[in-house]
Amino acid sequence: MGKQLIKGNEAIVKGAILAGCRYFFGYPITPASEIAEAAAFYMPLVGGTFLQAESEVASINMLYGAASGGIRAMTASSSPGISLKQEGISYCAGSELPIVIVDIMRGGPGLGNIAPEQSDYNQMVKGGGHGNYKLIVLAPNSAQEMCDLTMLAFELADKYRNPAVILADGFIGQMMEPVEFPKAVEKIPEKEWALHADADDEKKLICSIQLDPDVLEKHNLKLQEKYKKIAAEVRFEEYYCDDADLVLIGFGVVSRVLLSVVDILREKGQRIGLLRPISLWPFPSFQIAQLAQKIKHFLVVELSNGQLVDDVKLAVNGKKPVLFYNRMGGIVPSPEEIIAHIEKTVKA
Amino acid sequence: MAKIIRKSDSFYPIYEHKSGAKDVTHYCPGCGHGVLHKLIAEALDDFQIRDRTILMSPVGCSVFAYYYFRVGNIQCSHGRAPAVATGIKRVFPESIVISYQGDGDLAAIGGNNIIQAANRGENITVFFVNNAIYGMTGGQMAPTTLVGQKTTTSPRGRSVANEGYPVAVSEMLATLKAPVYIERVALTDAKNTNKVRHAVRKALQIQIENKGFSLVEVLSACPSGWKMTPVQAKQWITDYMCKQFPLGVFRDTSAEIEPSPAVKNEFISHDLFKKLDIPDKPFRAVKSETPPVNYQNPRLKIAGFGGQGILLLGLGIAQAGMQMGYQVSWIPSYGPEMRGGTANCHVNLSNKRIGSPVVSQPSTLIAMNLPSLEKFECEVIPGGLIIYDSSLINRPPARKDVEVLGIPATKIADDLGNTRIANMVILGAYIARTSIIPRQVVVDTLPVFIKRKNLVPLNVKAVDKGIEYVSQ
Ligand SMILES: Cc1ncc(C[n+]2csc(CCOP(=O)(O)OP(=O)(O)O)c2C)c(N)n1
Ligand code: SF4
Ligand SMILES: [Mg+2]
Repeated sequence: MGKQLIKGNEAIVKGAILAGCRYFFGYPITPASEIAEAAAFYMPLVGGTFLQAESEVASINMLYGAASGGIRAMTASSSPGISLKQEGISYCAGSELPIVIVDIMRGGPGLGNIAPEQSDYNQMVKGGGHGNYKLIVLAPNSAQEMCDLTMLAFELADKYRNPAVILADGFIGQMMEPVEFPKAVEKIPEKEWALHADADDEKKLICSIQLDPDVLEKHNLKLQEKYKKIAAEVRFEEYYCDDADLVLIGFGVVSRVLLSVVDILREKGQRIGLLRPISLWPFPSFQIAQLAQKIKHFLVVELSNGQLVDDVKLAVNGKKPVLFYNRMGGIVPSPEEIIAHIEKTVKA
Repeated sequence: MAKIIRKSDSFYPIYEHKSGAKDVTHYCPGCGHGVLHKLIAEALDDFQIRDRTILMSPVGCSVFAYYYFRVGNIQCSHGRAPAVATGIKRVFPESIVISYQGDGDLAAIGGNNIIQAANRGENITVFFVNNAIYGMTGGQMAPTTLVGQKTTTSPRGRSVANEGYPVAVSEMLATLKAPVYIERVALTDAKNTNKVRHAVRKALQIQIENKGFSLVEVLSACPSGWKMTPVQAKQWITDYMCKQFPLGVFRDTSAEIEPSPAVKNEFISHDLFKKLDIPDKPFRAVKSETPPVNYQNPRLKIAGFGGQGILLLGLGIAQAGMQMGYQVSWIPSYGPEMRGGTANCHVNLSNKRIGSPVVSQPSTLIAMNLPSLEKFECEVIPGGLIIYDSSLINRPPARKDVEVLGIPATKIADDLGNTRIANMVILGAYIARTSIIPRQVVVDTLPVFIKRKNLVPLNVKAVDKGIEYVSQ
């Protein structure tokens, strides 16, 4: 297949269209706007629909409506816009609508800035909206994965009737890298629960309200059962973990920096490795727990105030020290900075 | 003989969703919602559109509209029914989509959503139940609550000073160009109810004929919220609400629009690569000799003013590098900071998988203005390369442990008649000095990222001038 040097944000749209997505509802925000722009350009060429909504609130609700019709649809935004979408995301989770939401994270809180942060981890992975729900959250670290994981997001969303998220940071969105685009998905699964504007629709209902506590509890239990099944979809990458004493953990652009750290320190003969969660939920807790049996310590690096590290600590469960290094405000640490931190804090 | 009154076919035979009671609605006696439901259901029957109707149940007392209507049902979040309706209507243009909303839902929390859906001219029908109160939550003030009207959150009566005047939705939306039909009616006596029936039909007919957006505002009793008997409540609509909200047609362009059949969506799934501008030739890397060790696997930082083509220069190197079979990455500085300010980008070319795409210790710095040189000179690794535009920077780099190449790129570009191609002069100089990319590969890849094709030959000339300068 042809190779193309392309921005991560654009690769998302092409991947989405190859995955059969034909609906995009969005609202401009840096550093995610290229996604809406590419969708505005390409969707009409493939018989699809692009609509710039009046707000992120509107766009997630347009998605709610469109997904009720069983087609593949998506939206994209960045942190403040995602905050606005949260009520709608909760509705989609409650009504079990398979949608794809892209979040190209920027600095916060508030208007913050447009530089890369990872501080939406909690609001996406833990559920920023109300209710007992889970989103499938995938964290690409290259332009290629922006395409591939977007396609996977649509597949998983449909398979489990659940919203799926692409959680990337400003750099992964803005970065250009070569992408090899895979073949288009040929057949999208039929959805018998979806509305089709035909006589069968009277038997269907897209809805998240259940006034009766017994009924709502049942619905919640059903969702929790589903989430247990989704746990099997965990995805991660290990890099030199086999004989490592120290394992670094990070996702998105941070995992790229950590890759450099491992390369540099391995060359110096140090036993260091990297575990990169590709799915943030489900989280590779089992893999981390297994590593905890054999390695000496973990170092979690994130562009937020200690959000990812909480999940790592839960997985490690006190068995080994979990060290922590972070930057906030849109600063991506250099490999040298992290190496200096390792030399200072990690005792061999 | 007694007349048999049959329940509309567009209602479920039994309201089975409702726990307990059968065949009684959950609405209070004298509530307008039930009557309006009936008028809508009858219209769906008569137009034979029940099968393809999809109804939005809003947040409000009509949240359970889906108990009754035997159609496709979507329950929406508070105020967002017009957005949800937009979504599903865009999927099924041939469907009949009804957004049924209360005044809190439509005029308060969802105010912008209804304005924008109306303004887009979505081909949907909106039934707007104005009962001047939040019925469901127990009688709080709505945007449509009358001045002086007591509610649980305006216990001394709505005051203009604190809450402003009631919102006149129909009048407001009628100022927009796209809506086809907007009428306000009232569920009071038989005559007015007949007008409601007529308006409901007209609004649906407009959607059936694919003419566009319509909205029927229905003044409707909420005896519970108003703390009145059903009879008093009807009288109150006539005596007070109709004064504040005069009945009538506020917009009707339906006669001017030709009916047209709705066109089903056709997704296109063939030739996707072509449509998506993805090259479908198999990729083949260009082979060439290996560059000197100190130039291999470069990590570049390229910086200058916005407008100097800094990002494009980086892109040129990345694009050609990819063609050479290298792993490559390119990161721009992005966002509003680019406007008129400084610009920079980070480019990696490598035989190995690229770790950090952010270049903190460049092996090559390209500086196209003095601030960039001053800022980044110190970052370059010992033995690295600094290329700078000597026509704009009069202070050569101070570092003695790096290789320095000054080139009057802007002057050369000016001589070629276009200042903006100084970046390509630098590109030529860079590849000539490092042998990292053969000239031909750069020339072949230029058209990929230079948008204005007629400028390609001039850019090639600039690259050649750069090569020439270094080779002298
Ligand atoms: C986001 C959100 N805010 C508030 C509510 C609570 N709420 C439920 S119904 C309602 C008011 C509905 O009033 P209206 O639209 O006038 O409908 P009515 O009951 O009068 O028919 C409110 C505020 C909610 N469900 N969701
Ligand atoms: S509270 Fe008012 S609007 Fe709600 S059902 Fe009762 S009368 Fe109708
Ligand atoms: Mg009301």
